Amino acid sequence: MSDTLLEVKDLRLHYQTRNGVARAVDGVSFDIRRNEALVVLGESGCGKSSLARALMRVLPRNINHFGGQVSLAGQDLMALSDEQFRRQIQWSRIALVMQAAMNALNPVVRVGEQVAEPLRVHRGWNKKRAMEKVASTFQKVGVSQDFIGRYPFELSGGMRQRVVLAMALVTEPELVILDEPTSALDVLTQASIMNVLKRIKQADGTSFMLITHDVATSSELADRVALMYAGQMVEVSDARDFFHDPAHPYSKLLMDSVPRLHQPQPPVHIPGEPPNLHNPPSGCRFADRCPSRFERCSRDPQPVTLKARRQVSCWLYGEGHHG
Amino acid sequence: MAEVKDSTAQRRYATASVATPLLRARDLHTWFELRQFGFLRVGSVRAVDGVEFELGRGESVAFVGESGCGKSSLARTLLGLNRPTDGDVIFDGQRLSELSGAARQSYLASVGYVQQDPFGALPPFMDVRRLLAEPLIVHGVRDRKTQDERIRQVLNEVRLTRVDEILGKFPHMLSGGQQQRIVIARALILEPNLIIADEPVSMLDASVRVEILNLLRSIQQKRELTLAFITHDLSTVRHFADRIFVMYAGRIVEEAPVNELLDHPQHPYTQALLASIADVDADNALVQREVPGGEPPSLLNPPSGCRFHPRCPHAMKGICDVRDPYSLEPRPGHYSACWLHE
Repeated sequence: MSDTLLEVKDLRLHYQTRNGVARAVDGVSFDIRRNEALVVLGESGCGKSSLARALMRVLPRNINHFGGQVSLAGQDLMALSDEQFRRQIQWSRIALVMQAAMNALNPVVRVGEQVAEPLRVHRGWNKKRAMEKVASTFQKVGVSQDFIGRYPFELSGGMRQRVVLAMALVTEPELVILDEPTSALDVLTQASIMNVLKRIKQADGTSFMLITHDVATSSELADRVALMYAGQMVEVSDARDFFHDPAHPYSKLLMDSVPRLHQPQPPVHIPGEPPNLHNPPSGCRFADRCPSRFERCSRDPQPVTLKARRQVSCWLYGEGHHG
Repeated sequence: MAEVKDSTAQRRYATASVATPLLRARDLHTWFELRQFGFLRVGSVRAVDGVEFELGRGESVAFVGESGCGKSSLARTLLGLNRPTDGDVIFDGQRLSELSGAARQSYLASVGYVQQDPFGALPPFMDVRRLLAEPLIVHGVRDRKTQDERIRQVLNEVRLTRVDEILGKFPHMLSGGQQQRIVIARALILEPNLIIADEPVSMLDASVRVEILNLLRSIQQKRELTLAFITHDLSTVRHFADRIFVMYAGRIVEEAPVNELLDHPQHPYTQALLASIADVDADNALVQREVPGGEPPSLLNPPSGCRFHPRCPHAMKGICDVRDPYSLEPRPGHYSACWLHE
């Protein structure tokens, strides 16, 4: 259980835009162990989808800077050329389910054939063998075998989302990255998709990186939680610690803003707005909205290790000051 | 029920009667005819199919349901944007279908509408001043000074600061939260008695959601107006609504005050909804949630009997698949349309 699958150090992805450089991912470090689910939480525009794209190397053209260290089971991924990465890693070892992917299925190709595509293209399997694998993957994600020959428009949203999930799982990757897999779905469908993910994690030992803005959804899968703010990770910790004893002031405010169904205290909103990624403030990027800011916050906080595998980037915990 | 109707209808729609009803929906149906090639009748989509309720003055109610359950069609029918196929909307003692001309104008002025997608709701070529002046002009306020006064007042009410700066801005220059505040301001500017908010926060960021809901709630309480908000998110309703209606496949299946409904859900559908969501806890990752199989039915061809019976864990053969349930009162003030209560 304890061996590290993915290790990311100081990952940066900056875009060149007309308004200057947007620092979407700006020095992010974390790791994911085998059979572990890491949830990346954050508001929209905090860089969480860019993080997924950087790891999967599906990048737009307007890259200003892309660097850092990424290793998968000890192999240095940044040393691979794009072509090598595509052949060796993409889909076969790391799979990505993009946001709204269920609406991006090819409307004129039967879903079974679309799911079989990575096997046929990457592995060169013949049709019969590939379709058998598709059938067993469909079973895993809870799609009936009859649907293999159907077209996307014949399926409901929940079924299409399962098909997209099957597409990511069919090559048996070690790491599956899911970008907001349930945010467009109804509550009951959401719950059943999360059920599928939990089952797969238990049965196959797959590692997950789940990207979401919804704390309640995140708690359905998370072993660990990484909270992003303005392109940086402000807290990375065990799910239990994060949900029940958040450390960073932003984490605390975020947990207080979650509406609770069975508890009397009303949710409280976080005042202010996240900073512009083009020109982030110097020092701590959350300082403007932080209730416990003090003079030291005008300098960049470094990650402080509170305990094993728990890092917080906040001066309240750093350099002998204990808040 | 205040009105005397024939006994079967009365039995079918047991519903809470409020002391001072502002709006009443009676046996409301909104069907959309479906045609192939523009003329062949295929059938009707029964988006709202026999809905009955009363909204009191100064209360906040939530209509909860999954997509496709008819909740937005209901909102549009209440707003007079869809003509009901059958049944009536009675506002302040007057049938909506009988209003015309000036009376209809004054009805439209007394109902505010907050849309789901704020950016789509605001015309991109109008600046904020023009956006807010438009409803005033349509309803005959042409004096610029009065307009400015009312615009300032309403912007204050939705807590937009730096009014002068904001007045000249166009929608794309505002953040999602600010856009939604403008939409709310526009709904408020004619001083309505009723606000209908259709998924007012589902397009917004989590932290802004709570802020906008708090704002709507405080305006509703301060102005003592009726707020009907439509949502798919049960977790927020406890703090922002007094009463809840749960909708499924074009019908209201359960109705109760908010705490009563969340703590003692009666209808199997509501129970399933509540079982599918949990408060944040690290143990959530370890349990499989119970989710009823299947999907909501097609409204073109809804199942016979109870519309939830194909997915219901308690479905009784020979009853639920044959007879349409009417709503019963299993607990005082708590109505649910299910044969289990009989």
